[in-house]
Amino acid sequence: MAAGSVESMATDATRPMFDTDELVINMGPQHPATHGVLRVVLKLDGETVVDADVVIGYLHRGIEKLSENRDWTQIILLTDRMDYVAAATNNLAYCETVEKLLSLEVPRRARYFRTILAELQRIASHLVWLGSHAMDIGAVTVFLYCLRERELVLDLFEEYCGARLTYNAMRVGGLPLDVPPGWDRRVLQFCDVLLEKMVEYETLLTQNRIWLERTRDVGVISGPAAVAIGLSGPLLRASGIPRDIRKDEPYAAYGEFTFDIPVGTRGDTYDRYLVRLEEFRQSVRIIRQAIEGLPEGPVIGKVPRLIKPPAGETYHANEAPKGELGFFIASDGKSTSPYRLRVRPPSFCNLQGLPQLVRGHLVADVIALIGTIDIVLGEVDR
Amino acid sequence: MADDQMKQDTPGPPVDGAAPGKPPAAAKPGGTAGAAAKAAPKPAPVPPGPPDPPPPDDLPRPAYLEALISRFGGAAQLAFWVGDWSVIVPPDRLLEAARILRDEPAAAFDYCSDVTACDWPTRAERFDLIYCLYSTRHRNRVRLKVRAADGQAVPSVTGVWPAANWLEREVFDMFGVPFAGHPDLRRILMPDDWQGHPQRKDYPLEGPGELLMEDPHEWLRLRRSADEADLS
Repeated sequence: MAAGSVESMATDATRPMFDTDELVINMGPQHPATHGVLRVVLKLDGETVVDADVVIGYLHRGIEKLSENRDWTQIILLTDRMDYVAAATNNLAYCETVEKLLSLEVPRRARYFRTILAELQRIASHLVWLGSHAMDIGAVTVFLYCLRERELVLDLFEEYCGARLTYNAMRVGGLPLDVPPGWDRRVLQFCDVLLEKMVEYETLLTQNRIWLERTRDVGVISGPAAVAIGLSGPLLRASGIPRDIRKDEPYAAYGEFTFDIPVGTRGDTYDRYLVRLEEFRQSVRIIRQAIEGLPEGPVIGKVPRLIKPPAGETYHANEAPKGELGFFIASDGKSTSPYRLRVRPPSFCNLQGLPQLVRGHLVADVIALIGTIDIVLGEVDR
Repeated sequence: MADDQMKQDTPGPPVDGAAPGKPPAAAKPGGTAGAAAKAAPKPAPVPPGPPDPPPPDDLPRPAYLEALISRFGGAAQLAFWVGDWSVIVPPDRLLEAARILRDEPAAAFDYCSDVTACDWPTRAERFDLIYCLYSTRHRNRVRLKVRAADGQAVPSVTGVWPAANWLEREVFDMFGVPFAGHPDLRRILMPDDWQGHPQRKDYPLEGPGELLMEDPHEWLRLRRSADEADLS
């Protein structure tokens, strides 16, 4: 047989059958499954991801710099625009940090009401997450169902403060408005509706074979590895670390309620789904307790007309739907705006773990993994 | 310490001239007196630094700091404010302090929540680097602080807490603090070819934007003509 024949080419071990060069492709920044303007530079070996480099900053608006030039109350508006699917928790984290600097007492009713708002917000944020995550993997129905229930949460917020997305719902020292008449009853009704509808999501997903194939053992991260890379929120809990700031360092009124911290065992995408699903139920539990025990009284404490915290700095963290949302604020004691305001955004720190999660998986899994981290680019870039 | 590495990233001459009336170099080494005279026309003089008040004498020191204090002695300065403990250590002993805080069983600060910086331009060591630490075992928080001069390299803690990788990149991007030993020190939020470091106090709020990158001289001309229009 001639040396250059097809048979000899096929059996010649030194000559590769196909090109084995690594391929570098851009996913994003304009890609429907990257949830905004995220760019991931993927290095591929065939369809397997060898490495990934995450490029962010497309939505950088300089909120931290802007805050140094706004007064303490105006900044609440800016915090709305970070994690814009969970604006109320951003408001809460910021206001609590300023209250800590001022050593300000917040009335009990305001703390309860804030807790209700934060938990409603967690439900809304998780609904957006579940819907978009499921849609990325191909289950479009779930998206429609989730947004249907989220609409009810937005209605409740609209009834409270008039806005549906950027609420500006809190003030330093409490809340601007009291609970609208009948609102608490409607919140309880919503809780019943949510628990009822959650059965639908679970019917569609939990035992769904395609869902299991796409999420089981995808993006596994162990507990110690998750701590080392700085994951927080549901991602950390799905890896078996029972860390929840609501329990560990209770803020608002969380110390007065009983609720459980769901933890996963495997640390894969399916566990992260189960953990967040259970968090819906725990949020409902907290809301019901808070509404039942909602004390009477004022919703805003004795706040000085001109907010001017004494010189000093502090860091305060909240459990936002996506993880640890921290504010580091330094005050110089003289001016009416912070000397330095730093946001520790949970999405930013969780996104740092993406390259570790995607290595060795297929391109299609990258979509699932971006979804499971639950990022909001407004918060990543600020 | 090595202050050569990052010099190319500090603002070039057009930027320096453009930052309205605040050349960054002037505020740096001269001590408070010279700097205060320089800053006189400004409405509110920048304080020289955070107060970092020492803990009250009757407050017991937390157990998780004992190992660090016994090793460092007077080199570690304690501060206590609104319930937060922080420790200030010299930059060349940062890694030693970080390892003690992470590995000592009573401390076990295995989670690096945040790395950030604060700019106090009138101080000789103008940057405060702040490491917010958390222990998932004991559920405590502490802040580790380091003071660094402009351009002074600070050892990277990515070897101790991998989570610090992006956080240090952001500090480098926003403040221009070079981290020695960082595996991937690139800008993270700003474009790669950006001039200057936006979170510095002498960086103007209303930045020159993209025109500066395209044509610095044209930007400067426009800026001056706008100022003249204001005067007339």
